[in-house]
Amino acid sequence: MNQLGMFAALREIIRRDLLLAMRRRSDVLTTVLFFLLVASLFPLGVGPEPAVLRTIAPGVLWVAALLSCLLSLGRLFTADYVDGVLEQMLLIPQPLSVLVIGKVTAHWLISGLPVVLLSPLLGLQFGLSGEALGVLTLSLLLGTPTLSFIGAIGAALTLGVRGSSVLIALLVLPLFIPVLIFGAGAVSSSASGIGAGAHLALLGAGLLLALVLAPWATATSLRIALE
Amino acid sequence: MQWGSVSEFVAMGGYGLYVWTSFGVTAFGMLWEVFALRRRHALALSRTYESRYDQCEKS
Amino acid sequence: MMGLARINWFKYSSPQAFYPLAGRLMPWCAATAILLIGMGLYLGFFVAPTDFQQGQSYRIIFVHVPAAWMSMFLYVIMAIWAGLGLGLNARPSFMMAQAIAPTGALFTFLALVTGAMWGKPTWGAWWVWDARLTSELILLFLYGGVMLLRTSIDDSRRADRAGAVFALVGVVNVPIIYFSVRWWNTLHQGASVSMTAAPKMAATMLTAMLVMTLGFWMYSLAVILARMRCVILEREEQASWGTHPSHQDALEVH
Repeated sequence: MNQLGMFAALREIIRRDLLLAMRRRSDVLTTVLFFLLVASLFPLGVGPEPAVLRTIAPGVLWVAALLSCLLSLGRLFTADYVDGVLEQMLLIPQPLSVLVIGKVTAHWLISGLPVVLLSPLLGLQFGLSGEALGVLTLSLLLGTPTLSFIGAIGAALTLGVRGSSVLIALLVLPLFIPVLIFGAGAVSSSASGIGAGAHLALLGAGLLLALVLAPWATATSLRIALE
Repeated sequence: MQWGSVSEFVAMGGYGLYVWTSFGVTAFGMLWEVFALRRRHALALSRTYESRYDQCEKS
Repeated sequence: MMGLARINWFKYSSPQAFYPLAGRLMPWCAATAILLIGMGLYLGFFVAPTDFQQGQSYRIIFVHVPAAWMSMFLYVIMAIWAGLGLGLNARPSFMMAQAIAPTGALFTFLALVTGAMWGKPTWGAWWVWDARLTSELILLFLYGGVMLLRTSIDDSRRADRAGAVFALVGVVNVPIIYFSVRWWNTLHQGASVSMTAAPKMAATMLTAMLVMTLGFWMYSLAVILARMRCVILEREEQASWGTHPSHQDALEVH
């Protein structure tokens, strides 16, 4: 590990986490099933009328994606923390932020990407069509990594704390709100003909911002948790 | 003085419920905070005196 | 003013010195607060005229706006102390941040309640999802997060630092949240409903509001100093379990 440059280290970490996830495929399935389940609850609660479902689809699907991400955050650092591997990771020569980026990327590939890929199907269930479906997928593609990066801060802050699953939600959901607003807003704008360009641009900007700031905040939080 | 009578003042042009609830809740909140802090301080003081007493006893 | 420069402020950064100082400052802040709030109430009810559009209900702004302003101001101050704590690795800074949070949360809650009270007669609904109120609601969640994070972590050093990180993350997010909520609001409702569409303020109304805000500020100072004293006592008591502090180090408590 010492001889590796930053990108090589990044690749290694992603590879390792993906390998571990492959051995426990239930993680991917759990997230996907949860996403489907939550999204299905809304028509059951609200009624099957197509016009209503089409109106609430952007918000519902985005909230479902958001909650799926939230649920999966508990897994981000816990396994390594419990094994004592995380403490070892603090000692690597590469910056801790690189490690964080690696873990979050792997986490997104396992929990976020499946949601993005499934979203068009759910969009159809809610009566979205054509361009709106495309915008939905694109907005989730830009937004879910941002959610993972922001969520990692919460996961690091609450590492090993009792009641952390609820606490993470309380910490992280307010921070998710701008992403939710622009993500769901992109889809409803596209559906109502206004055009999603501005929303998507802001989502992209948000992703860049999260990519730059969140790993550093997460690394700081990890150090605080592990001292 | 713009209020013809006390009852006019209380009624607040028909909005009395909203105005007085607002001011009432605000006053209640702030007073509650003050009293809660006084209690907290008294408790903390008594604990400090207790632990000092215990330490003097030991030494 | 020069006299202030000659005081060695750093000596007050130790809890032993800060405790009596806070004890001396507190009554002055409290007295000033009572004076200012009393004056503000008088100006608000007996000098400020009736509003042309909103009648008497507008008078709620004399508590709503000061509370909302304090809720945001205190969050920023708390974040500054949190940042100082992390940067200087100074425990008293963390203690200050800890002392500020509950008061800020209280004002946020009051801003929401008075906002609802104002909204009902003005717009017919107990809650309006306008940008300011919605942002205020999210601010309440952020305060809650800071306080809950601190109480959930047993180790006080870790609790301080984790709470500080979250406070800083929150303060960076508040403008982002406000901007996004404003965007969301205009997108869905048009610019019709807005708490910022306050009545055209007569000078007397503005003065009353400012005086009340200053009064709330003095109140906050008094309450935060009091809470700081409690925090100092509680932490020293925790730290002294099993140890024997020398008589010079011991806190002078009155």
